[in-house]
Amino acid sequence: MNKSILASLLYLTIAGTAFAAPLSFDFKDPKGVNAIRFHLDSLLEPIAGTASGVTGTVIFDPANPGAATGKIVVATSSLTVTNTMMTEHLHGANWLDVANNPEITFELGQLSDVQTSGNTTSAVATGKFTLKGVTKEISVPVRLTHLAGAFGKRINKPELGGDLLVIRGEFTINRGDFGIQSGKNEDKVNPEMKLTLAIVGGAPQA
Amino acid sequence: MTQTSPARFGLRLVTRCLALAILAGSVIFWVAKGSHRGLSQDRVPVPQLDEITGIEYVTYEERFVPGVDWLVGGIGAAVVVFAGSFFFRSKPQPPTA
Repeated sequence: MNKSILASLLYLTIAGTAFAAPLSFDFKDPKGVNAIRFHLDSLLEPIAGTASGVTGTVIFDPANPGAATGKIVVATSSLTVTNTMMTEHLHGANWLDVANNPEITFELGQLSDVQTSGNTTSAVATGKFTLKGVTKEISVPVRLTHLAGAFGKRINKPELGGDLLVIRGEFTINRGDFGIQSGKNEDKVNPEMKLTLAIVGGAPQA
Repeated sequence: MTQTSPARFGLRLVTRCLALAILAGSVIFWVAKGSHRGLSQDRVPVPQLDEITGIEYVTYEERFVPGVDWLVGGIGAAVVVFAGSFFFRSKPQPPTA
C-alpha cells in the first residue's frame, strides 16, 4: 500500500517536471526595482542615469532555458539623470526625441552559448534592439536566474506561489548608429554608451 | 585733484563687501554641500538593494547639490558686482577759486 502511494507520488513529480509548461514572466515590477542604467563618458563628468519604465514579457522554461523568448520595453520618457535641465535636453529632439520615439525595445530572437549551472543560465541573447526608431540586431551576454517559489516572498505575501526570473546583462552601443547626435560632439560626449540591465519578472502561480 | 564724496565712498564699500559676500557665500555653500566637481544635481541617486533578487538599483532623493557650474556662477557674480563698484570711484574735482 505504502509502496503504491510512494510510486504514485514519484510518478506525479516526474510527470510534473517533464510536462512543466514554460512560464510567462511579467517584467512590470510592482516594487519598482527594474531599471536600465546608462553611462556615457563626457568632458566634465560621466553622464549616468537610469530608465525605470520597464515592461515586457519573457517566456522561460526552467527545463529548457535556451528556448526563452520575449520582449522588454522601456519607456523613453523614464530616462533620468541627476540634473533636470540635462534630463530635458536628453528627452529633446536632438537626442532621444521622446515625443516621436516613446519606446526603446529589445525583442529576443534566440539564446546561444547556453550554459546552465543550478538555477542560473548564462547565454548570449541575440535580438532586435530599437532605439530612436532605428532597429539593429545586437548580441548581449546575459545571465538568467530562476528563483522558484520566490514571487510571494518578495512582495511580503509568502502565501502567494510563483517564480521570479532575474535577467542581468551589460552591453555597449554606439549612439551614432541609432541616429543620436551622429558624429556630433564626440570630443565632448563619448559616442559609446554603456547599458547595464538588471531586471526581475514575476510569474505568479495561477 | 581728486576727492571722493562720502556717499560715493560708502556705496563703493558696500558694493565691494557685497562682492566679497557673494564670493564667500558661493564657495562656503559649495564646500558645505560636498564640493561636487561635476554639474549641479537636483536629484541625488541613492543606491538600494533588493534582497530577494540581489538587484542593485537606484532611487532618487530630491535635493540640491551645487556643482562647479554653481561655483563658477558665484565667482562670476562676485566679479560683476566688484566691477560695478568702480562706478563709484573718485571723480576729478574742478579746482576751486
